[in-house]
Amino acid sequence: MSQEPEYDEVTDTYTTGHEWDGIKELDTPMPRWWLWTFYACIVWAIGYWIAMPAWPMVSDYTKGMLGYSQRDVVKAQLDSVKADRKISAEKLLDADLETIKNTPALLEFALAGGKAAFGDNCAACHGTGASGTKGYPNLNDDDWLWGGSLDEIHHTLTVGVRAVHEDTRISDMPAFLKDEILDKSQIRAVATYVKSLSDSSISAPENGAVLFQENCAACHGADGKGSRDFGAPNLADGIWLYGDDMDSLIATISYSRKGVMPSWENRLDAATIKSLAIYVHTLGGGE
Amino acid sequence: MAYTPPEANAPQSAKSEKIIPHHKVKRAKVEAVNKAEKRSLYAARKKIHPKRATGTFRTIKWWVMAVTLSIYYFSPWIRWDRGPGIPDQAILVDITNSRFYFFFIEIWPQEVYYITGLMILAAIGLFLVTSTAGRIWCGYTCPQTVWVDLFLVVERFFEGDRNARIKLDKAPWSASKLAKRAAKHAVWIVIAVCTGGAWVFYMNDAPTLIMDLYHFDAPLTTYFWICLLTATTYLLGGFAREQVCTYMCPWPRIQGVMMDEETLSVMYRHDRGEPRAPHKKGDSWDGRGDCVQCRQCVVVCPAGIDIRDGMQLECIQCSLCIDACDEVMEKIGRPKGLIAYDSLANFDRRAEEKPEKIRIIRPRTLLYTILMILIGGYMLHGLMHRADLEVNILRDRNPLFVTLSSGDIRNGYTVKILNKSHDIRKFTLSVTGLDHFDMRVEGVTEHTADGLPIIEVNRDRLRSVKVYLAVPKEDLTDDSLDITFIAKDMTSDSISENSTTFKGPKK
Repeated sequence: MSQEPEYDEVTDTYTTGHEWDGIKELDTPMPRWWLWTFYACIVWAIGYWIAMPAWPMVSDYTKGMLGYSQRDVVKAQLDSVKADRKISAEKLLDADLETIKNTPALLEFALAGGKAAFGDNCAACHGTGASGTKGYPNLNDDDWLWGGSLDEIHHTLTVGVRAVHEDTRISDMPAFLKDEILDKSQIRAVATYVKSLSDSSISAPENGAVLFQENCAACHGADGKGSRDFGAPNLADGIWLYGDDMDSLIATISYSRKGVMPSWENRLDAATIKSLAIYVHTLGGGE
Repeated sequence: MAYTPPEANAPQSAKSEKIIPHHKVKRAKVEAVNKAEKRSLYAARKKIHPKRATGTFRTIKWWVMAVTLSIYYFSPWIRWDRGPGIPDQAILVDITNSRFYFFFIEIWPQEVYYITGLMILAAIGLFLVTSTAGRIWCGYTCPQTVWVDLFLVVERFFEGDRNARIKLDKAPWSASKLAKRAAKHAVWIVIAVCTGGAWVFYMNDAPTLIMDLYHFDAPLTTYFWICLLTATTYLLGGFAREQVCTYMCPWPRIQGVMMDEETLSVMYRHDRGEPRAPHKKGDSWDGRGDCVQCRQCVVVCPAGIDIRDGMQLECIQCSLCIDACDEVMEKIGRPKGLIAYDSLANFDRRAEEKPEKIRIIRPRTLLYTILMILIGGYMLHGLMHRADLEVNILRDRNPLFVTLSSGDIRNGYTVKILNKSHDIRKFTLSVTGLDHFDMRVEGVTEHTADGLPIIEVNRDRLRSVKVYLAVPKEDLTDDSLDITFIAKDMTSDSISENSTTFKGPKK
């Protein structure tokens, strides 16, 4: 509601004539410096439009005379981070794995880089927590097909498993059924024997042990504890890469399993592979 | 206070008054800056030239000013030894290492609630003081008031008191005027630079920083802050002055909520002063008020207002009008306190011819006091019993657990040990809630005789270690067991127990 301004006795001021719920607004003058400040802000804004990127156009925007661009700023920041990383990466290249592990600053850098690289390159098969799944090894535990020392992990990463690399890790278990070495009942007997190695509640048929010694012990050892020289799994422990139920065991013996990990030598730079080796080694199963 | 002072209706001019002034009292020609007139939408600032007041309250204000300014300028230079590797500055906001040091108190980022508590205490303290005695904060201790006072001291030193300054303003430019003005502004800028400069010493080691500043080695942000605070000090102390209180500060609007009719504030006792009239020596005091219209109260007012118009937004209750008026009352032989700290209730009491009362203890002030005691006590208790050891435990969630080749189940934990003392300390880590377990702490080689890992944590630092617990499968009666990590200081009995869980496969 707007009415005629009226004189307010208490303040000796006129009102603006505005009234809300009986509350009247006094027409107290504003300070002039406030007005000047307001004008200065307008002038500043116009100057800002001219100097800096400001107005969106149909397909582009006004660039501003100073040529400032946030993309450039981000790029410069990223470049400086990259440059910093390069310095640290060079240090990683110069140091051997043991030195990196024992130098806190290098270790921190390697773990951060290793974690990121793992997420990008390894997590697809091994899982983000490196806990693996059926057919893909769990890297947290203490069971290693090819060895769990820093150097062994590093080598496995470099050459891969059954990968396109002249020195690749490779183990060749025959497919006992497919290659007609054993028949189904013999395979069942061997499978039962293998299961009995880690489960004392199972009594294996007698021919199981004999068959095992004849066909399997060459690689897996007379006691079934495996051998890292051939990448032969330990059959006497509690960890089963392809499952420990009878059907899985029979399938493994019948047709063999041939898991593959690519060689990372030409896919990742040497510093990253080092970082990954260190990262995997610190997951709790490193030797 | 809707009475109409006679002066408001009768236009004042020295000529129409035709009075012989009291021989001892100087009468000033002055009008309050907020007097009624046809105003434009925007008003230029009327320059206010406060006259120097002398008296009880002015003395109190000088002392408050000396103390507060000393605290501000000199605090960063106080040293406080905390041991090697830790800053020895008594008051330091260490942003780089995210620590706050205050004499014997040290606050880590996760204890920032102490700062919150201080803010709450300060707010309630402000409520308490305001509801008791009005705008004490504004009138005595507000930095704006203190620095304006300081700037006025400089102004008075170079340009003289009120009348000389008014004359100088009107005078044409001359060598002497230029010299006075230049000297004044030069000293103002020096004070402003010192003020902005003192600020950055709270964030850095003062002796180091002052050398860096001198050699232009200090970080750019430091110079930026100094420049910014120099500019604000110079502008607000030298030019904006009362405009800050009247237009920029929210406090004048808020204070009304905290004051009631028993609140003491600076008031003109119109029931004693009216009707006001000039007074000649020897005239009778019958049938008239004690106000002799000398306007000394207006002359000394830093906000340029007339206290006799009643309570006003612009009044910061600095009490200088009390000093000015008391001085006049003494000269003319009337009792002091025509302008005094008084409450609205006392006006009513006097009207009803009841005795005056000062009621400081009322429900409102009691509530504020109790709140302050509660919050202050709670904070003090917290600070007194602040643990110098804190442990945070994060369970690995990916994977939840790992089956080892032996069939054991392993869980991983990140254990963060916060050593808040100023010594390097060694802690042992043990676990309860498990019958058989194998604990491995990454990167720890030292063990006690009973095989507990020894974790060394640097003074005033946090150390994060990776802990692996392996438990035989048959011990896992449930897929989740409650366990407790115990970190124990090897030299003192300081201990921290933290419960977490041990997870295994679904049963």
